[in-house]
Amino acid sequence: MVTVGIPRALFYYYYFPLWRDFFRQLGAEVVLSAPTNKKIVNQGVALAVDEACLPVKLFYGHVVDLIGKVDMIFLPRLVSTARKEYICPKLMGLPDMIKASGIALPKLIEVNIDMSKSDRALKQAALALGRYFTNNELRILRAWNLAKFSQQQFEYLQADSGQLALEALELWNGESDYPRLQRQEERPRIGLLGHGYNIYDRYISMDLIQKLQKLGAQVVTAENIPADIIEEEAARLPKRMFWTLGKRQIGAAFHFLKRPDIIGVIHVASFGCGPDSLVGELIERHMRRAKTMPFLFLTIDEHTGEAGVVTRLEAFWDMISWRDAQCR
Amino acid sequence: MPVTMPHMGHLYIPLKTMLEYVGLEVIVPPLCSKRTLSLGTQNSPEFACLPLKINLGNFLEARELGADTIVMAGGLGPCRFGYYAQIQREILRDLGVDMKMVILEPPDTSMRHLFEDIRLLANGHSWFTILQAIRVAWYKARAIDLVEMKLQEIRPREQQPGGADKIFERFLRDVEKVNQKSHIYQMAEDVIAEMEGLPQIECYEPVRIAIVGEIYTVLEPFVNLNMEKHLGRMGVAVRRSIYLSEWINDHIFKGILPLKSNKVVRKLARPYLNHFVGGHGWETVGSTVEHAQLGFDGVIQVAPLTCMPEIVAQTILPRVSNDKDIPVMTIYVDEQTGEAGLITRLEAFVDLIKRKKQLKKEVMNT
Ligand code: SF4
Ligand code: SF4
Repeated sequence: MVTVGIPRALFYYYYFPLWRDFFRQLGAEVVLSAPTNKKIVNQGVALAVDEACLPVKLFYGHVVDLIGKVDMIFLPRLVSTARKEYICPKLMGLPDMIKASGIALPKLIEVNIDMSKSDRALKQAALALGRYFTNNELRILRAWNLAKFSQQQFEYLQADSGQLALEALELWNGESDYPRLQRQEERPRIGLLGHGYNIYDRYISMDLIQKLQKLGAQVVTAENIPADIIEEEAARLPKRMFWTLGKRQIGAAFHFLKRPDIIGVIHVASFGCGPDSLVGELIERHMRRAKTMPFLFLTIDEHTGEAGVVTRLEAFWDMISWRDAQCR
Repeated sequence: MPVTMPHMGHLYIPLKTMLEYVGLEVIVPPLCSKRTLSLGTQNSPEFACLPLKINLGNFLEARELGADTIVMAGGLGPCRFGYYAQIQREILRDLGVDMKMVILEPPDTSMRHLFEDIRLLANGHSWFTILQAIRVAWYKARAIDLVEMKLQEIRPREQQPGGADKIFERFLRDVEKVNQKSHIYQMAEDVIAEMEGLPQIECYEPVRIAIVGEIYTVLEPFVNLNMEKHLGRMGVAVRRSIYLSEWINDHIFKGILPLKSNKVVRKLARPYLNHFVGGHGWETVGSTVEHAQLGFDGVIQVAPLTCMPEIVAQTILPRVSNDKDIPVMTIYVDEQTGEAGLITRLEAFVDLIKRKKQLKKEVMNT
């Protein structure tokens, strides 16, 4: 059976169920790179230019981790996943960047995913991908529909059942038989903003989510908010936000401001992230103007020390839980 | 409503012409300076890219001179520029600076908005006058570029460095004042002749370097720390990948004039970079290939620190450099970059190129 490697980085955290089931239905075995570890970080840092952000560096590391273990590596060019929106200029160039690195790569599965002009582009992309495995269009489309169903379940788990992606993903990546799904309890809630590949990567987020849960918080992310609410909230901006992830963060931030059960908001961004340098600024200004929501901004890169983050988290938690107790 | 605008190289000259043509009072911000930079940096998000910060400084300085309206361009992504005005508006609001922003957004679904905004600015002038204003502005942009290309060629050969620069500065002041096509081009021709008449070092074959990269850093001498001038003094003839008039032709006139176009350059970027990446990243890779093919001796990429499209290009350029056998250097600038450090790096690069050329010659002769 042909094996397809998927780097456990970047949009893995958003689309793994879709990709996994699509390739499986087409008869491939899907292999993930290892969870981010020190070696992967070091390899990524060594291969990418210094100026790249950590998530992009990590992507290199995860690609290298797959070499020798798989027949093909899935390397899509993610331009846009919604009309008139983009992900990030860097992701638009990522496949070319990886190829310029001189790494001895196995066969690549490449496709451009660009829905900025039309949703139909997605189906075209699926067909193009499927042709790596079969010429039978019907079979490709059937695989695609099944994969889409899987993806919907994944999104439903997050948006409607309040599950966090990193735990929900364990249902798909087979790492846990009994996924540790987040229990919905009456605990103080913290809104956590940030790109999925930062907040759900246990290694580079330094287990931020677990740390918050241990402190006694229930974590709510942008993925836990239904898409129509995000749209509605983000539409309050005077100009449409053209970054998909930026729109999610802003929409979620506005929504958090309205929710009495959210007692504090944390925004995690990669050091040097282009979109977040502006999106983060907008969020911070709106939070400050509202004056009611405690807000913590954390940047992370390969040099971030865990001790510093822990100190800041604990101080923030003490401050907001004290405030919360006063208000009750 | 005295209007102002962000600075980007000599853009202020055609832009001022255009706005005045439709009867607006224009206040050009003081040329970018340390003060502009520090005003902008103090009030901008720390990790924003440099042009946002400097432009904010321009607005604050223009406000001091009495401007109350800002005219600037918007954008639809994928890069940060399209959101600059939104961020700057929020910053001005929190600073309590009351300035109106007229943001010319590229047509999204319909041209209506853009037309409405232009009509609003043109306070009642007819489309004929507006088109006339655009034409005069275009002639100036083109004339300035033609003279500057000559300047870049003369600098390395000048017997007394600085002479051609003086002539160029005078030309920039003079061309502001004329508004007729024939006068503008006549002035440019005279100035070009004057530069050619300067005493030059005979039979010196300058090193040729192309400057590629992010448009703002390429075009704004304050931000690239007068890179072109320094290179000129080191005996280098410089070419840029971007000239304002070519940019206007590509983006505003949609390439209808027969000038060098970015379409050609983008094709040259294949197979190294096969997709648009925002900003000028694609062109940076393509121009590097182009200038290698034209026989240039080296390429310098300039960009603001954290510039996304240029990080993509930077990642790919070593491959191009290797394949096409052309030295490439990347220079990022931010508010901390100093001129002295830059000069050292430029000198080292020029030395490397000269040695490489020498070596080639020796190999050829044996
Ligand atoms: S969005 Fe930010 S973190 Fe993500 S790839 Fe782009 S620059 Fe990096
Ligand atoms: S091209 Fe570079 S400088 Fe321009 S907006 Fe994008 S990141 Fe900023």
